[in-house]
Amino acid sequence: MEWVNVILQGVLVGGLYAMFAAGLSLIFGVMRLVNIAHGDLIVLAAYLALVTTETLGIGPLTALVIVVPVMALIGYALQRLVLNRTLGDDLLPPLLVTFGLSVIIQNGLLELFTADSQKLQAGAIEVATVPLASGVYVGVLPLVQFAVAVAVIAALQFIFYRTPLGRAFRATADDAQVAQLMGLDNRHVFALAMALSLAMVAIAGVFLAVRANFDPSQGPSRLIFGFEAVIIGGLGSLWGTLAGGLILGVAQAIGAHLSPGWQILAGHIAFLIILAVRPEGLFPKVRA
Amino acid sequence: MNVRIVFGGASSRIGMALCACAVAVLAAAPFWAGRDDLFLLSQIYCYLALASLWNLLAGYAGLVSVGQQAYVGLGAYVLFALAILAGVSPLWAIPLAGVFSAAIAIPVALLVFRLRGHYFAIGTWIVAEVFRLIASQVSMLGGGSGTSLPAAVIVGIAPSRQLRDFIIYWIALGLVVAIVALIVLLLRSRYGLALKAIRDSELAAICNGIDVKRTKFLVYCLTAFGTAMIGALIFLQRLRVSPDAAFSVNDWTAFVIFITVIGGIGRIEGPIVGTVVFFALRQTLSDFGALYLLMLGAVAILVMLIAPKGIWGLVVERFGWQVFPLERKVVLDAATVARE
Amino acid sequence: MPEPLLAVRRLDAFYGDIQALFGVGMDVTAGEAVAVIGANGAGKSALLKSIAGLLQAPPAAILFAGEPIGGMPAYAVAARGIALVPEGRGLFASLTVEENLLIGGQLKRPGPWTLPRIYDLFPALAERRRLPSTALSGGQQQMAALGRALMANPRLLLCDELSLGLAPIVVRDIYARLPAILGEGVSVVLVEQDIVQALRAAQRVYCLQEGRVALAGAAKDLTREQIAAAYFGV
Repeated sequence: MEWVNVILQGVLVGGLYAMFAAGLSLIFGVMRLVNIAHGDLIVLAAYLALVTTETLGIGPLTALVIVVPVMALIGYALQRLVLNRTLGDDLLPPLLVTFGLSVIIQNGLLELFTADSQKLQAGAIEVATVPLASGVYVGVLPLVQFAVAVAVIAALQFIFYRTPLGRAFRATADDAQVAQLMGLDNRHVFALAMALSLAMVAIAGVFLAVRANFDPSQGPSRLIFGFEAVIIGGLGSLWGTLAGGLILGVAQAIGAHLSPGWQILAGHIAFLIILAVRPEGLFPKVRA
Repeated sequence: MNVRIVFGGASSRIGMALCACAVAVLAAAPFWAGRDDLFLLSQIYCYLALASLWNLLAGYAGLVSVGQQAYVGLGAYVLFALAILAGVSPLWAIPLAGVFSAAIAIPVALLVFRLRGHYFAIGTWIVAEVFRLIASQVSMLGGGSGTSLPAAVIVGIAPSRQLRDFIIYWIALGLVVAIVALIVLLLRSRYGLALKAIRDSELAAICNGIDVKRTKFLVYCLTAFGTAMIGALIFLQRLRVSPDAAFSVNDWTAFVIFITVIGGIGRIEGPIVGTVVFFALRQTLSDFGALYLLMLGAVAILVMLIAPKGIWGLVVERFGWQVFPLERKVVLDAATVARE
Repeated sequence: MPEPLLAVRRLDAFYGDIQALFGVGMDVTAGEAVAVIGANGAGKSALLKSIAGLLQAPPAAILFAGEPIGGMPAYAVAARGIALVPEGRGLFASLTVEENLLIGGQLKRPGPWTLPRIYDLFPALAERRRLPSTALSGGQQQMAALGRALMANPRLLLCDELSLGLAPIVVRDIYARLPAILGEGVSVVLVEQDIVQALRAAQRVYCLQEGRVALAGAAKDLTREQIAAAYFGV
């Protein structure tokens, strides 16, 4: 029974990890860019939510209405003004520029907000629980976050495979030059992809802020969790990324249960095992 | 027909002469520099060595690692472990730390080489995190808060503090000279030619019979060897080690990458230029704290966007200089030339 | 003589540092089919790529309906009604046949070409609409690429080596569709290595040789000797 709770907690947090990963996966799929600042942008969104809730006096979930569009706009501008220039065959420029960005965001937040831990208050929903089965209680908030995470991934899947925008993403990813012949401006398509990715980052950031304490230095670990979820699940598959997130969450929960210091290490070990035994991931989509 | 391969040219002869003079002057530093200056100089040497090694890995072998702090920390911890638990003299522990880390690098490489490009980079970061987390669990070496070098061990290096400072300084200078010299020799060898080929076009290199995998493997392990020794030295000098300090991404990767990028990636002179610029900036801007790192990040981004070859890259394009004799020239003998 | 739909004037084109076209000139009037023939490396693809916006050109070197479009980015050229069927088909591998066609119509330009009409023209595509584009044969892929270009309702269709790598009977099948396309008022430029097919399909012919126009004229007026001389540069 105790183990059921552990696994359940792992699954619920895994949804959050899957959301970290989905944004990362989208960007890599469309433009072969790994955004090292991805985790720091999640933290940035959390701080944005903090500022929004404090100055406007609204709740965190309402704050989403502001934070999501703002982050999407930041994403569009970032891609258009900075990251589009780094794209090309050489992998050093995008890697180094996003690394530089990561350092800038972390230290910028440090200057503005200090290293103090922060947390968003969501009120009564934070402690409410719901009984699932006899003896198994699950927090309402984690459940809601999990449901939203699954919904976000389903929405992304829908956008990608059933809308003209998604077609544009996939075509540009396949062959950017021929996509131009279809009237698609690559710079705009890439910027839209980044905007979408950061919209998801915004949701993830707000959830992170409500769920646990956060501070400017947490970016890299969010990036790493997202990255591990992508690799465990398999490149190219969004549902695979969800599975990867769940597995990571469960691994961490099991580790934490054995010993608190082992939580994150257990996740890393799960990742390394998958890397050693099945490097293509558990549910890879074979791309032509 | 007789051909010879000749390395270098006029500028590299001048450059090498200047380097030799510089090294001689620096070797005598304990006699003309104060304690703080010696400390600063050894820091400069350590960063120069780390940047040169990272440059070899990323700029020449194309392995962009964001996780070299794994070996800095590993080297440091091995030194402390050997000194505290086995009573090994720290001076011997430095090369031993290097060898041990090179050995660890082998299974790490086997794992992490399964990833390519950006994913490889993050994979190396994860490995460094794993090392850090494991180090925090080892209570014999202080766990999460780390441990200090016992007095007996410190005194074992040399009886007086001044002599200790001098010895550590000379080790630092010796290490950086040895590392840069080794890198130059490597690049002059056929492995160096292979690396150049791999950097230009991996596919073409494979088709020409170059064992790309083995070459990259070799470079990765050699870099781990050098990085670990420097890590051991750095923390020997600090007399204290802790997981967060030893495996710090900012100190051992962010700074190193910025130095190499700003100085010029893919050329040996780059890290030297970059280290000088970095320390000059640091001395002038050190009061700004987090803002300093922020500016460094911004400068690195600007350099990458505007002048991706770095400062030395611009110099090379403009003047064609090289300090280290690495450019190969094919020289035909007189008879062959006459026949044309 | 009516104002040409497409006017290429003294076009120089470069692949990096290498010059591929030297002062090339060409006219295409509305509703006609023009063939561009020449040996490998003669610059035929460079000509199409320059018109489509994939290669740099001075603005006035390429006029479309009187507007200088030289050097415009490809997506802007496409928006003006020029569609290129690239060499080697260039279908999107991750997309199904139908999705490839749909993305051709991304710009939603008004015109006669709709998905049902494309399927009418190429029934083989209708049967395979849900398959990944990579599952098609060479000839079917070429039809899909052609269909995708038509979905943009272009005024000018540029075809780069439709016959490349295809069996003669398949090539004939594809070229049999050309009259229907021309009938809808689309002008066509056909770059071809298959000279016979090109001469049969086009009203006028340009022959390129090492980046220059070696011969130009009405297809029916040119003799074999003239063409061979221009093609091979003897």
